[in-house]
Amino acid sequence: MSQAVLDRSPDTKTHAAKPKRRFTGKSLLFTYTWLVIIWLVVPIFVMIAFSFNDTKGRYNQEWSGFTFKWYGKIFEIEDLTKALWTSLAIAVISSIISGALGTGIGYALGRYRFRGSGTLNIIMFATISSPELIMGASLLSLFVSLALGLGAVTITIAHVMFSISFVATIVRARVVTLDRSIEEAAADLGATGWTTFWKVTFPIILPAVFSGVLLAFALSIDDFVVTNFTAGSTTTFPLWIWGSTRVGLPPQVNVMGTLIFAAGVLIAVVTNIRSRQGKRD
Amino acid sequence: MDRLKRQLTPYLLVLPGGLWLLLFFAIPMIAMLSLSLQQGDVVNGYRFTFHWQNYTEAIEAYNTQLIRSLIYGAIATIILIILAFPVAYYIAFYGGKRKPTYLFLLLLPFFVSFVLRTISWRQILTDEGPVLGPLKDLGLLSDSYHILGTAPAVIGGLVYNFLPFMVLPIYVALERIDPRVVEAARDLYASPLTSFRKVIFPLALPGVFAGVLMSFVPVSSDYVNSEVLGSSSTTMIGQVIQAQYLVNSDYPTASALSFILMAVLLVGIFAYARALGTEDVMKVAAR
Repeated sequence: MSQAVLDRSPDTKTHAAKPKRRFTGKSLLFTYTWLVIIWLVVPIFVMIAFSFNDTKGRYNQEWSGFTFKWYGKIFEIEDLTKALWTSLAIAVISSIISGALGTGIGYALGRYRFRGSGTLNIIMFATISSPELIMGASLLSLFVSLALGLGAVTITIAHVMFSISFVATIVRARVVTLDRSIEEAAADLGATGWTTFWKVTFPIILPAVFSGVLLAFALSIDDFVVTNFTAGSTTTFPLWIWGSTRVGLPPQVNVMGTLIFAAGVLIAVVTNIRSRQGKRD
Repeated sequence: MDRLKRQLTPYLLVLPGGLWLLLFFAIPMIAMLSLSLQQGDVVNGYRFTFHWQNYTEAIEAYNTQLIRSLIYGAIATIILIILAFPVAYYIAFYGGKRKPTYLFLLLLPFFVSFVLRTISWRQILTDEGPVLGPLKDLGLLSDSYHILGTAPAVIGGLVYNFLPFMVLPIYVALERIDPRVVEAARDLYASPLTSFRKVIFPLALPGVFAGVLMSFVPVSSDYVNSEVLGSSSTTMIGQVIQAQYLVNSDYPTASALSFILMAVLLVGIFAYARALGTEDVMKVAAR
């Protein structure tokens, strides 16, 4: 309550000072922001709309009426279905591995001071800001030099590599704000370090770990550039789409894209609501 | 014993992830550098010979695409700053309780595959599509008018795909500004424009810089947009690198090109940081 009053007071003051000018500026910005958001969302609507398009041929270029039939025939193109499963499997495995490894790094960086943490920070910054093209190209260079066969394994290795730093950053942010006195209380009550970690610390940082894993999953399932370099003859969902752009995309791609979009939005909304409830409790 | 265990804990925690980053991020860079100085071909294998000609040949053959990529990157980044700043400003100062909702809406495109989003634009902008078709029917555009295959289409696609990378860092910087500082400026009779120019914008600059870093680098090395929305006259360096690696298997040339691109981007980042840094220092000194 008091927070809300505090939040509002400076705003009303400036409104009182120059009501008219502020108002027009604000509504202009409001309109502009919404125009940009609409622009961002237009291609998504096109994708969703064309998943309901009653196209006659195999390809999906012109609008020819509404239908649900592609949702029933979603798995009719065998290669595409296989590519989707490959993508999902790689995303699950790589997000779990990078979740575990990234949590280790994030926890260590947030909790301890140790030699080499500066170097680690730089490497993490580098993996987050390096162009994907360069990461993909250098991984391929390594695999070529080692004469390693490319496939699902090399894709997973690559996805874990670029996800670790994101997970670590998210977990570190949570660990830094952790109230140490809770752990001290546990220790005072006779809990060992190991017990304290699993019974007290881990449950507190779990939401951060979870959102890190979700981000890693999203990065993996959507990744095209690095995957393209490390895939060899293996095909993932984005690679399949890329391969058929020249000939045109079948409506099944739109259906899968729509379902992935819907699932992603749903998960994001649910975790957001749950984390807000958690804060209120 | 206990102390030793405590001292070792962070290293044990970091070890698996750190090793992974070393093996699959740092070492590949070295492998790429080594490959860029080798001679040979796929059939007979490669030998390390300090073959610097790979670099001179790569620059000679592909400097057009390299320069084009940097120009596209620069244009797209400038457009991104202009487009993103007002959005970040509105959300940071007027978003109120809806801030998380606005940020969520800005991130919506990320729930759709990058490739699919770009292809969606091709569907929208195609010659007889939903945008150009009606305009042509009305006679507002000549029948031969097209957007796809041109530089504006490619740059437009790049701007579209990387807009959130510019909005978010600027938003974070603006969010941090204490509203009382802006009020103080107004109380001291600064006009809205002056307080924006002298107070808000300088405080937002770190965010703009982060946004430039986060968008210029991926934009100028992108190859999806120019492949999907462009034509042979808009070929970017990423497409060349991709083709040399994956189609022609000319690994030495490809890795030399990748290294040149990385070096140029790094130099650009440092030059900009320095320029921005000294400017900030000058402002502080002037006060």
